[in-house]
Amino acid sequence: MDKKKVNSYRTGPDEEGHFGIFGGRYVAETLMPLILEVEKTYRDAKIDPSFKQEFQELLKEYVGRPNPLYYAKRFTEHLGGAKVYFKREELNHTGAHKINNCVGQILLARRMGKTRIIAETGAGQHGVATATVCALFGMPCVVYMGAKDIERQKPNVFRMKLLGAEVIPVTSGSQSLKDSMNEALRDWVTNVTDTFYIIGTAAGPHPYPELVRDFQCVIGNEARSQILEKEGRLPDSLIACVGGGSNAIGLFHPFLDDDVDIYAVEAAGHGIDTDKHAASLSGGAPGVLHGNRTYLLMDDDGQILEAHSISAGLDYPGIGPEHSHLHDIGRVNYVPVTDKEALEAFRLCTKLEGIIPALESAHAIAYVMKLAPTLQKDHIMIMGLSGRGDKDIYTVAEALGEDI
Amino acid sequence: MGISRLEERFETLKSEERAGLITFTTAGDPDYNTSLNILNGLPKAGADIIELGMPFSDPMADGPAIQAASIRALKNKMTMAKTLEMVKTFRKNDTTTPIILMGYYNPIYIYGVDRFLENALNAGVDGLIIVDLPPEEDSELAVPANAADMAMIHLATPTTNTKRLDNILRNASGFLYYVTIAGVTGSAKSDLSPVKAALSEFRRSSDIPIAVGFGIKSPSDTSRFAEFAEAVVVGSAIVDIIESNIDEHGLAISTMESKVLSFVSELAAGVKSAKR
Repeated sequence: MDKKKVNSYRTGPDEEGHFGIFGGRYVAETLMPLILEVEKTYRDAKIDPSFKQEFQELLKEYVGRPNPLYYAKRFTEHLGGAKVYFKREELNHTGAHKINNCVGQILLARRMGKTRIIAETGAGQHGVATATVCALFGMPCVVYMGAKDIERQKPNVFRMKLLGAEVIPVTSGSQSLKDSMNEALRDWVTNVTDTFYIIGTAAGPHPYPELVRDFQCVIGNEARSQILEKEGRLPDSLIACVGGGSNAIGLFHPFLDDDVDIYAVEAAGHGIDTDKHAASLSGGAPGVLHGNRTYLLMDDDGQILEAHSISAGLDYPGIGPEHSHLHDIGRVNYVPVTDKEALEAFRLCTKLEGIIPALESAHAIAYVMKLAPTLQKDHIMIMGLSGRGDKDIYTVAEALGEDI
Repeated sequence: MGISRLEERFETLKSEERAGLITFTTAGDPDYNTSLNILNGLPKAGADIIELGMPFSDPMADGPAIQAASIRALKNKMTMAKTLEMVKTFRKNDTTTPIILMGYYNPIYIYGVDRFLENALNAGVDGLIIVDLPPEEDSELAVPANAADMAMIHLATPTTNTKRLDNILRNASGFLYYVTIAGVTGSAKSDLSPVKAALSEFRRSSDIPIAVGFGIKSPSDTSRFAEFAEAVVVGSAIVDIIESNIDEHGLAISTMESKVLSFVSELAAGVKSAKR
């Protein structure tokens, strides 16, 4: 990794929405005028102090930010190496980082005069966060969710319904996140005039990867000032899980130009040498899907493959385009963690710290368990604890062979 | 042949003072041989231009009928190479009916753009409609396609304003495909008058032939739209007939081909009956 080659890693995307060769706007013509309008609205909002003020106020009063940067003492002592901090996104309202982005996007939707919100969801965290902001803003909300995911995430489905959202099961394809995104795009193309699509991750057509990242950068910005306050210096390393990669890019981006080692953990399912994983960087190649060029899991003929992960939120055959770029230029290390390793991490974190992590976040924890013991005690590590695991207890019980 | 075969066909249609019928079926739906037989029968049944879908796992601009067609074809191991092979076989007996491949960009990107253009032109493909390549991404495929004399058919929609139309037309060739409704393929029927108004607006900017499609399902629909468009596209309604003639094992019922082709004849009669 030659960090001196470029002046900054934080300048992307370019005007056409490219991060290196990745990103872009690969959408149907019907959506193009709308996508351009989203971009224009976002440009205006970005320099409008009242937009920024309202966003920050909602994050503070409604989401409950700033959340703590927590020194995981027992976990650190158990691992016997690096000093591990958790950035506690799981303490946000609705239990994950997803709400940061939803607050930002619904403000954009209102600014554009849109009156109806759609979203896709995998684990249901983004669906719940979207349904939540829709309740807050009094807007009707339709959430597309794979039939398979509905089955494994029942509590979140009921939450969305209580919040007033209509949850539409998606039965096409692999019945998980990628198919929900297809179905949301079909809805959007049919309802262009009144509908805003709140995409849940830093992927999709430009400007979504950029605006989702910007809304999620509150994670890294807070972590940065918190660690300076606690330790008087920047961390040595950062670790977060990646599906689409919004919590990871939000944590990483404010540190990209610093001398900090960055690790992003992909879901390796049964292992990246099997056909059951969701590690698009470790096991995929560049392709075009859902509005952007990025690394994808696909066959030799360009057909998208079904991803697999025990964690519904990571069960996607692609990744945000900025991650693909950061991978190609070597600024971020993308590493795989299997279902089994994530489950072990889930149990250890719960027992040692009294924090039940989301299975998504458990992937990051598992990599901390590998890395921290190899490092000196003065090495400071920040891990993004992106969500809480209450939603996952059924999946975990099943994996452990226990009845609830 | 490429662009020129399309130009010749539109010249012929003009001299016959009528609109053309464009049919859509998915290559390999429900299986290679049935799909090829249908393809071979289309010109005689009255298709003036043939759109052949390249199956894709994630057809996000398509409604349920064409999604299911893609899934059936992929289940029966359809590939890009076989799609091109199918066109090549068709060309042995027909050198005048233009063939357009329609689909999504990823399978072409993975095949390799230059290799794809070369192999597709050699097989006898004349044009491309790639749903997820708006003019903003013209440099990916539209520019090299035009340079190779492969027609790059661009889409205009009800959300297209005059300013965007200039962008769309910059690298558009063959014809302009006007999507009559904001929606996916196979959606509800489209209204005539806004489409008519949009087309007259577009004709002030360009004399490129305009085909209309999406939500056009019956012979009476084709007749109404053929009054003012250069060509009329029917897709999902044909694919629906394929779907309803598959047995419980997923195999084509023996009468499928004749049913599809006789429906195409009715659609063609509709086009020809239009008052212009």
